[in-house]
Amino acid sequence: MTERLKIEHLYKVFSERPERALEMLRNGATKADVLRDTGQAVGLDDVSLSVPAGAMYMIMGLSGSGKSTLARCVNRLNEPSAGRILLDDTDICTLDESALRGVRRNRISMVFQHFALLPNRRVIENVEFGLKLRGMAAAARRKRAEHMLEVVGLAHWAGKMPHELSGGMRQRVGLARALATDADILIMDEAFSALDPLIRSEMQDELLRLQRTLNKTILFITHDFQEALKLGTRIAIMSEGKLVREGTPQSIVMEPGSDYVAAFTRDVDRARLFSAGSSMTSLVPIVQRDGWTVLGCDEPGPAFVIDADSRVIGTVSDQQLDALRGGAALPSLDSMFACVPANTRLIDVAAHFGNARAVGILDESGRLVGRLEAGRVLAHIGAGGANGVKHV
Amino acid sequence: MFKADDLAVLPVAQWIQTAIQWIALNLRPIFLVIKWPIQKLLEANIDALHAVPFPIFVLVCALVVWRVAGKAIAAFTLIGLVVIAVLGVWSDAITTIALIVTAIVFCAVIGIPVGVACARSERVWRIVQPILDIMQTTPTFVYLVPVVMLFGVGTVPGEVAVVIAAMPPLIRFTNLGIRMVDHELVEAGLAFGADRRQLLWEVQLPLAVPTILGGLNQTVLTAMVMSVVISMIGAEGLGLVVLQGLGRLDVGQAAIGGIAIVLLAMMLDRVTQKLARSQPGGGALRDAMARLIRGGRGDTAGALPEERSPKEAL
Repeated sequence: MTERLKIEHLYKVFSERPERALEMLRNGATKADVLRDTGQAVGLDDVSLSVPAGAMYMIMGLSGSGKSTLARCVNRLNEPSAGRILLDDTDICTLDESALRGVRRNRISMVFQHFALLPNRRVIENVEFGLKLRGMAAAARRKRAEHMLEVVGLAHWAGKMPHELSGGMRQRVGLARALATDADILIMDEAFSALDPLIRSEMQDELLRLQRTLNKTILFITHDFQEALKLGTRIAIMSEGKLVREGTPQSIVMEPGSDYVAAFTRDVDRARLFSAGSSMTSLVPIVQRDGWTVLGCDEPGPAFVIDADSRVIGTVSDQQLDALRGGAALPSLDSMFACVPANTRLIDVAAHFGNARAVGILDESGRLVGRLEAGRVLAHIGAGGANGVKHV
Repeated sequence: MFKADDLAVLPVAQWIQTAIQWIALNLRPIFLVIKWPIQKLLEANIDALHAVPFPIFVLVCALVVWRVAGKAIAAFTLIGLVVIAVLGVWSDAITTIALIVTAIVFCAVIGIPVGVACARSERVWRIVQPILDIMQTTPTFVYLVPVVMLFGVGTVPGEVAVVIAAMPPLIRFTNLGIRMVDHELVEAGLAFGADRRQLLWEVQLPLAVPTILGGLNQTVLTAMVMSVVISMIGAEGLGLVVLQGLGRLDVGQAAIGGIAIVLLAMMLDRVTQKLARSQPGGGALRDAMARLIRGGRGDTAGALPEERSPKEAL
């Protein structure tokens, strides 16, 4: 995947004269040191990251961690103090005012926490806002805005004023406004944080649905780790203006790497995060005869028998497998098994253990590739993983 | 014993006298230039308003007020104007209205841009703010001293005093209105690529309109007060009615002037207050204008048939 946005050694010090603070930070001083010695607040301290095109990139952190500052540096609502922000090889930090306006009008758009809709304009006029600033003709921008309202499911609300809409609907308008400019980068600053939980969850689903067709590069700021896990293809975790952990949701939960990150991951519902494929035991052909094959592994447990068309026809026990190895004929097969695709979430697999003695894992083409064991699933979804186990 | 008067050794009065004399003598062209547009507009307004026949004037006023501010205030305006006519001071009232209308035009044309400049530049605001403080703490009465010195006596110099006295609230409220615009909305404007002009016209000014209209209310009331005070330097209008009544110990005439002034002030206050308040969340002026033009009182959003509640649609 190509990189759409690359941030290199970005610093932000809230000051007209950040030179001394920057010097201190580069020599390893902390945010607190700088505040004590210079009285200047540090927003970002040497942040580097790269955002692949089409990613839903989550920037996560508590308040004051610099996550909003980072996102606002990307469209220079906050002026970075040092460093580079490369948008397809153009350094945004060096753009002059009119070039920056061009980027803001055409390349980067933004969704705000409190919606930031103009209260004196109708919904449709709010959606047109970015296009109007760009100087698009009235008829063309009205048509485009109507289309965008349709995309977010608010076509009937075009003539309403923002205050007549509920919070969730207002944010849909905010989203439509951001999408209308057809910018390929979308900054969503705590976009769903002001919504109540049910609506928030609905909006998250909506965003995922939209993203499948739009394929924007989304920079999503949130303080909610669950939200980051649900939406993100990658997550960057910020603390004290520094980037402390970056990676895929699964890898961060598996290896937090620091107590700060571990504190977020502790309450994560791993059963919803991890797929069956991630905790399966791989199976390999062990006995192969005319018309059927037995797939098994070194560890004890049921082995699966598949027919010539790779269909699972049943399972055999360890003893039966030993007998088959010795050349015995195929015994009567145990049909109390279930098969699930590898991308099934563990929470959905769990129910199968109630009535199946064995659970098989299928790959995308429907071929059996592994076996799921209850013990391994439990170990996988336990908070803290194996490292957290205390022996009494 | 040492007395306070012993300290009065500096001939400050003398200095100021000399200074003003020098200014009046040497900078006269400047004051003529300032006076010229005010004089022209004021004279035009006085002539125009006096030319309108009484019944038409009353009906047009009532109609406009009805559209802008509603039935009750329109009825009040209608009755108030008729009462003023009944009192026999109609012509003076028209002159006072012309004084106020002219002052509003100048205050808006100068005050709003100055207010905008103050809101956008901290440096400008630091210069303007103390000037406004001085202008607003100076009693209206005291304005007359330099005005008489520099512009002379009569209705037009009086109008200069009215404009100067009425300007500060509009500058303050415009500045405040623009500064109070939600920070996130300004950010939204910038994030979508607004330049300074677009930010002002698309985001800041429209949202500051209710506050600016609040300032307009203050400006109108100050102009009303000042238009009475300037009768002391020979300006015409309702103030002169009161002043003449007092001068001749004719309490009746003074009271008539007073009643007419109060009625006029109440009308102007109600109408401008209604303007400033008519729509929460901005668009007050636009809606008022839309109502004026369309003749309906429905809001703009009512155009679409829509029965569903917001919750159902989600």
